[in-house]
Amino acid sequence: MMHSPLLVRLALIATTVSLLSACVSVVSVAPSNKTDVTAKTSEAAKVAVVLPKGSDPKAGPAPFASTYRPLPSQLTALVGGHILTATGQEIDSGTVIMDGGKIVAVGKDVQAPAGAKIVDATGKWITPGIIDIHSHLGVYPSPGVESLSDGNEMTEPNTAHVWAEHSVWPQDPGFNRARAGGVTTLQILPGSANLFGGRSVTLKNVPAITTEGMKFPGAPYGLKMACGENPKRVYGHKGRSPSTRMGNVAGYRSAWIQAASYKRKWDDYRAKVAKGEKADPPERNLNLDTLSGVLAGEIRIQNHCYRADEMATMIDISREFGFKISVFHHSSEAYKIADLLAKEGICYATWADWAGFKMEAYDGIAENAAIGQKAGACVIIHSDDPIMTQHLNQEAGIAMGAGARMGLPVSRADAIAWITLNPAKGMGIDDKTGSLTPGKNADVVLWSGDPFSVYSTADTVFIDGAVVFDRKDPRYQPKSDFELGQPGEGVHP
Amino acid sequence: MIRKTSLIAAASALSLLSALPVAAQTIAIVGGRILSQGPAGDISSGTVLIKDGKIVAVGAKITVPADARIVDASGKTVSPGLVLPSTSLTVAEVEQIGDTMDDSAGKRMGAAFDVQYGVNPNSALIPLARISGVTRAVVTPVLGRGGSGGHKDDGADDFSGSFEDGEASLFAGQVATATLAAGVTEAVVKAKIGMALDLGESGAAYAGGSRGAAIVLMRSALEDARHYARNRAAFDMGASRPYPYSRDDLEALIPVVEGRMPLLVRVHRASDITQILKFAADQKLKLILEGAEEGWMVADAIAKAGVPVLVDGQADLPGSFETLGSTLQNAGRLNAAGVTVAVMGSRDYNNLRQGRFNAGLAVSYGLPYSAAMASVTLNPAKIWGLSDRIGSLEPGKDADVVIWTGDPLEVTTYATSVFIQGKEQPMTSRSLELAERYRPGKADYPPAYR
Repeated sequence: MMHSPLLVRLALIATTVSLLSACVSVVSVAPSNKTDVTAKTSEAAKVAVVLPKGSDPKAGPAPFASTYRPLPSQLTALVGGHILTATGQEIDSGTVIMDGGKIVAVGKDVQAPAGAKIVDATGKWITPGIIDIHSHLGVYPSPGVESLSDGNEMTEPNTAHVWAEHSVWPQDPGFNRARAGGVTTLQILPGSANLFGGRSVTLKNVPAITTEGMKFPGAPYGLKMACGENPKRVYGHKGRSPSTRMGNVAGYRSAWIQAASYKRKWDDYRAKVAKGEKADPPERNLNLDTLSGVLAGEIRIQNHCYRADEMATMIDISREFGFKISVFHHSSEAYKIADLLAKEGICYATWADWAGFKMEAYDGIAENAAIGQKAGACVIIHSDDPIMTQHLNQEAGIAMGAGARMGLPVSRADAIAWITLNPAKGMGIDDKTGSLTPGKNADVVLWSGDPFSVYSTADTVFIDGAVVFDRKDPRYQPKSDFELGQPGEGVHP
Repeated sequence: MIRKTSLIAAASALSLLSALPVAAQTIAIVGGRILSQGPAGDISSGTVLIKDGKIVAVGAKITVPADARIVDASGKTVSPGLVLPSTSLTVAEVEQIGDTMDDSAGKRMGAAFDVQYGVNPNSALIPLARISGVTRAVVTPVLGRGGSGGHKDDGADDFSGSFEDGEASLFAGQVATATLAAGVTEAVVKAKIGMALDLGESGAAYAGGSRGAAIVLMRSALEDARHYARNRAAFDMGASRPYPYSRDDLEALIPVVEGRMPLLVRVHRASDITQILKFAADQKLKLILEGAEEGWMVADAIAKAGVPVLVDGQADLPGSFETLGSTLQNAGRLNAAGVTVAVMGSRDYNNLRQGRFNAGLAVSYGLPYSAAMASVTLNPAKIWGLSDRIGSLEPGKDADVVIWTGDPLEVTTYATSVFIQGKEQPMTSRSLELAERYRPGKADYPPAYR
């Protein structure tokens, strides 16, 4: 139902074109019987309700579609490097082959094919590209001036209708800094002032003039939700609900009731149209489009939530309304419910030990990640910060050190997944990126040494097999328009 | 339950110890790789000998007295305790709980604000810093609200950027240094060791909106302090000309204008650095710079003036129009120009452990390793006039010593033992107790019983 076959759509347009103005779209009905396409289509056309363009959330191509195209790449072999695949393997002195923008081979006994560009990776380490699942690059860019500050629509506790991509400033110099830190994919989230902050967008970390040019093709949307102190503080201070945590929960539940109702109206409407019955289309509502997208399993919940008890409450709400929470973010107390999160299959994204700055972060500990790893949970290290995003590998190293200190060592082979495969899972793109697995996008970082060392730097960064950053080659050291002619030198040493 | 009992026992033993004078104990830390920061240099395997809280010998071939307690550091690295060169630690607890923040004066005073009185030796953050190898903090007051631990996305954005009349005091107040030793009832080692001040955008905002106003206000404040110093009697009789600052503020500025107390200036843009260097030379002030993201652009002038710099080693974004020149090379370039550099973390919670990692990061961007180690130990001690007591492992200095699993600047390294003035510190903290309580495993009773 989401996308009708092109032929059917053309037929519909042909039969109804004389009735239509230029600015309409059509709710089409897919034929149920392949043997009689033309007849069925004509019949459907008679009952199809013609809606003005933009009135049907599922009509036509998705708005703001990605225009991303991979940069030029060539058949490349990274030879003799120390490889962390992010699928649990650590390979000493191995080779990674990239071709056509994909990873085609990874292993110890892999031979570089004829014609491949050979990169000597001796003494270097190779990992998947770093994925930051919690970024505000572009929406809270540098410089951090009010004119460019577009991350929090702090006017309603429920702003599920806003989309982060409409706030992203692609010239944020922070994108370049993050790439020099090995970050190849980012989830840009709205802020956490609201119960429902809006849609996230997943970006390829490539320089582009438009946000559409960075959008990760095929990545599902996320919906930012926030627990706890922020919504109640922001709206409590405005003298309105929510001003308490119980107000927060009432706000979530009320919204999901509305969303369920809205979804049912559209489902009913489409069912009637499919049966050839007369039906009035519901009025489209951007807010409820997003929420009902969650109920339909198309949009993933990315939930800012610090405290263990609140995470458990959110899980209860998700059961009440029949949706799934993909990831808890910040989750300073995840270690207290690591078993529950493992059992529910909910990832949690956290820092190594950024904590204590407010009450709901007061119990944050550096062992958070290691305890979750031991419990079998899907652990993610995130940044929420334009500086830390450049050092996520080292942030993971800090969390490893804390685990070792309490007798819960985490191997490099496992820890690399915290910043690659696990965030990819949390964002629903692990079929496309996040590990060095043949068939996946060739998003790869060549490090000067062990990525969990403070002294290691990302020397070469590949996205879809193309070199997007090279520490030693000025041709691959992009600068933001903003930084031209400024006293700084841009990102690169 | 066993663990809990032992903790209580340890705690009571500790409080007993603290009630006694420094134990006449000899400790020999043997077999470790020593990064002394002192005349002994780096030693691949050596001994640090401690007696009565002081270091008495450091070297590869030290004779260990028969009565010495031996601490085996083989396979480990031994360094001086880390010194945080500018922090809110000990006067700040939970940033968003204003009542727990004592790192700024508020509206009633400026220069007179004395951070020492807010220092809390029982802060839960002190043990966290201590187990991270930090043994000493230089507590520097800030303008307005302290810390910077707020998150971009938490809805607390504030771009108002202006201050009400009556708040205008560029001076943030007086600096103190505190020990992070466990079991002390008084942590301040030395108070009034500096005066803090904001320039640049922050200072300009306090001065009414522009940099020119800030510098003029600063000059007039210092001139008033000089005038007041010469005319105290007239002031007391009400016969002096009026000053916009209180008697307390003016008193506090006297050691600054007399060049006895260093002025810590938070400044970022190259042109602002140039202005303050000129100003300090004219006024004969002793200067320390903090921030100085564009310091590398005027590194030679800073070096020539003999002014040390406290650098946040991660700062590389053009976060504002006064940090457009931010680069990870800053620390390395300043050091190369001959500037004494101390590396700090950001002011928030990360400060506790971020300093040493920022120093490590700077190594990848041009700071020699030895300078990086000095930037978190000896240099902050020197900058604040504390190097006669701390900052290096050399005979006569306080035995503030840390034993590490490896390179102290490496992220996966952690401290295994910490000594402050020769006393071995408990390697526990609220965060470690939480981790222990929630260690994976089955239990019949809730964690609260653990």
